[in-house]
Amino acid sequence: MSTNAKPKFAMYWAASCGGCEIAVLNIGEKILDVDANFEVAFWPVAMDAKYKDVEAMPDKSILLTLFNGGMRNKENEEIAHLLRRKSQILVAFGSCATEGCIPGLANFSNLDDIFKAAYDSVSTVNPDHIRPVPNFEMPEGVIHIPEMNPILKTLDQVVDVDYYMPGCPPESHQIAAVIDLVIQVIHGEATLPPKGATIGAGISTVCDDCPRTRNVKTIKEFKRIQLMSQIDDKLCLLEQGIPCNGPATRQGCGALCPQAGAQCIGCYGPAEGVVDYGSRLIAAFASVIDSNDPDEIDRILDGIPDPAGQFYRFSLAGSLLRSGKTAWDK
Amino acid sequence: MAENFEPVIIGFTCNWCSYRAADLAGTARVKYPPNIRLIRMMCSGRLDPAFVMKAFANGADGVMITGCHPGECHYLEQNYKALRRYLLLRRTLAQMGIEPGRMKLVWASAAEGVRLADEITKMVEEVRELGPLHWPTLKSGNGHLVALESKPEEVKA
Amino acid sequence: MQRITIDPITRLEGHGKIEIFLNEEGDVANTYFQIPELRGFERFCVGRPVEEMPLLVNRICGVCPEAHHMAAAKAADAVYKVDPPPTAKKLRELLYSGFYFTDHTTHFYALGGPDFVMGPDAPVAERNILGVIHKVGLEIGGKVIQARKNGHRVVEIIGGRKVHPCTSIPGGLTKGITEEQRKEIEEIGKWGIDFAHFSLKLFNDLVLGNKTYLDLILGDIYTHHTYSMGMVDENNKVNFYDGKVSIVDPEGTRIGKYAPSEYTDWIAEHVEPWTYLKFPYLKKVGWKGFVDGKDSGVYFATPLSRLNASDGMATPLAQEEYDKFYKTLGGKPVHQRLTTHWARLIELLYAAERIVELATDPEITSPNFHTVPTQTPTEGVGIVEAPRGTLTHHYKTDERGILTEVNLIVGTTNNYAPISMSVKKAAQSLIKKGTVVNEGLLNMVEMAFRLYDPCFGCATHSLPGQMPLQVTIRDSNGNPIEVLKQFC
Repeated sequence: MSTNAKPKFAMYWAASCGGCEIAVLNIGEKILDVDANFEVAFWPVAMDAKYKDVEAMPDKSILLTLFNGGMRNKENEEIAHLLRRKSQILVAFGSCATEGCIPGLANFSNLDDIFKAAYDSVSTVNPDHIRPVPNFEMPEGVIHIPEMNPILKTLDQVVDVDYYMPGCPPESHQIAAVIDLVIQVIHGEATLPPKGATIGAGISTVCDDCPRTRNVKTIKEFKRIQLMSQIDDKLCLLEQGIPCNGPATRQGCGALCPQAGAQCIGCYGPAEGVVDYGSRLIAAFASVIDSNDPDEIDRILDGIPDPAGQFYRFSLAGSLLRSGKTAWDK
Repeated sequence: MAENFEPVIIGFTCNWCSYRAADLAGTARVKYPPNIRLIRMMCSGRLDPAFVMKAFANGADGVMITGCHPGECHYLEQNYKALRRYLLLRRTLAQMGIEPGRMKLVWASAAEGVRLADEITKMVEEVRELGPLHWPTLKSGNGHLVALESKPEEVKA
Repeated sequence: MQRITIDPITRLEGHGKIEIFLNEEGDVANTYFQIPELRGFERFCVGRPVEEMPLLVNRICGVCPEAHHMAAAKAADAVYKVDPPPTAKKLRELLYSGFYFTDHTTHFYALGGPDFVMGPDAPVAERNILGVIHKVGLEIGGKVIQARKNGHRVVEIIGGRKVHPCTSIPGGLTKGITEEQRKEIEEIGKWGIDFAHFSLKLFNDLVLGNKTYLDLILGDIYTHHTYSMGMVDENNKVNFYDGKVSIVDPEGTRIGKYAPSEYTDWIAEHVEPWTYLKFPYLKKVGWKGFVDGKDSGVYFATPLSRLNASDGMATPLAQEEYDKFYKTLGGKPVHQRLTTHWARLIELLYAAERIVELATDPEITSPNFHTVPTQTPTEGVGIVEAPRGTLTHHYKTDERGILTEVNLIVGTTNNYAPISMSVKKAAQSLIKKGTVVNEGLLNMVEMAFRLYDPCFGCATHSLPGQMPLQVTIRDSNGNPIEVLKQFC
């Protein structure tokens, strides 16, 4: 990889699963455009620059950094600050960085319970209830692992973010479009959207992209998808009582899951202008319940056995409350 | 629990019935505790669950939602929407550790000033029993947050 | 004591680091391979409905979500005691074979292969996929992209999306496939068989045909004698999707073959306070520390161990390669860990053959892809072979099917002790008093780690496939005297 005058590109993963990296690589031949227009300066999954090399770079010398993964521990936060200093444009890439995503569900618990589930599990033999600690004295010296924070945070709860790219992961065709835009900007053929914008997605909801037929919804019962003997594959899933999050979820994926017969689980985050995803979904579900009688409504709501998970599955860390009470109040 | 803990209650009232009830209580000199801060909406159906989330996140210890009696909504059916949202919100908040007693739904017509004042007084005492919520505020941008910053704020009577 | 810190290691899920301690003589006293991350899936999945698990656990790993998706689907079936219809099982296995095809391709060409195609002593700048392409031709790069695309296309057709599939529910799937889709998948399988043969030939010519590499592969530095683990079908042939877990001892004797519900009789996990990851071991043998041998409960779970733990491959062309493999290496079981790269290609061929087999099955386009569960949900275990090891999902639910307890033993976790041992042995063999620590040496320490394909296979074609390493050599006062880095 030669050093030349091409602008620098970086991609980093904090507490993530690697799906965002795969989504970028799934742009296929378009990765050659990245190669042609950027110098990949730091991408731990793919090449060998290390933290020391990033530290040595001048501030703001990286043009574009795609940062995915949530802020779970001290190291995640350190690298977020490091890359913010070194980057001109920092994009919160993917659901973990924008709103917390699935690892954010840990915010319903506290670290004690998380450690207990991991280190006292049914298959674990741990009679002394050993827990990992940040600094441990070995005969040869003290060795370290990062300390975990009490709750997982989003990228913009730690550093200033320029753009948000939602999705778990962001779909490859959207990534390709954003890369095209940035290349055009480099060549002076386009301008960037205003700072703080959400890119790589639409402004309305998944329902707009979903080909299923929609009528006025009047729900008498919420169903568990596996217990339904007949599912109409042309009709809106929510209308059939399956808790589909489409009405509150931002469009951009092309409504892939409803087209595959599965309910939308909300991985693209809130639509434009919505501050708290879960609240929007609560309002939507409440609106379609077909009853005005409190007892009957309660009975219908029993069909959603895990409301907090249903409504904040991907967005808990980025929501107004950010966590459950047990995360900080044992 | 501090000895003189004064709960902060946010009261979402609807313009046509419950806000007028509160007004009536005022003009009739019926006392109700100043712990409640009233916010007037045109209709209880305007209540976005995000308002409740925001209230708790920003320091409220309790939330009261008031509206017209079922069948009497100025906009016909929208208080039923508020009812459904309230019921779903209550389950969600309970799962997140916010006790059901911290959020209450009260129907009150414009003539029921005394009754509304009673309900408010009752709720303040119930929330006082539950204690302060003290939902932590986020200390952001400084990195290396060791513990959530809990900001208890005393309400001056 | 002198300390060399290698941080971070890349290309495994999450992050990792290695500490190497040198004694006064300049030999390696000890190494510690630490995993600095924990996200808490076993805790935060509690309270969720069990049908969401195939979707939630996708997010454990975005390179192998299909593995978690399938383990979760099977565990959810077991929770409901429901048997999906044959079409559903075949479709799931077909998706899974497509996924294996993509994943093994990625590892061989971008991660492991460059070490051999270019050589462990090749200049750092060439020891990556670009170097491979320069050496063997641009055509190959295009083939690798095509192979990845093809595998993901199979996942997308059956699973609804390329990353994080969404169609498995308790009792089967949410959709089937059309005849047109079936044809497309069949063509992908046939293309895949050619590609797998091509890859095996490449390995044979460039690696086995080169005496230096052969010596390295057969030598002692990367050899460990431990138990082998892998899932097999009822004929004891390797199966990625379903079957029982076979365990053979270091001499090749099968000591057990357990069904998913029996896993806690066989596997236990050990905790150390200096790392977030646990160390699984064989319960009946016991945890004896990071040591080889029949008396140590350490086992490994990789393509090599799967071949060791089985009696053969279930498809004819892969079986031919399996026979050749063991004939060349002098019988079963094989313990030279670098041969895992070869074993991986044999599995690649099997995956392609299996795609064709399943895509031409008369039931594969049937509309009967779901059975409604009728029993009350309680508890269940689902096991599949992830590309990098046996994957176990164990769920307990209440009577509504809401999770009350979750236990996961993830692919690479099985190999945590072996990886630690392999890295230590390589470091001890290579770093001694008077050794000049250069890039070639660093890479050879990496190779001990990389052969296990640790959870995250980086799918790249135009970027170098090496791990970043920095070794800081300090004198006895802790002052750095030499800093060696390797990157592209």
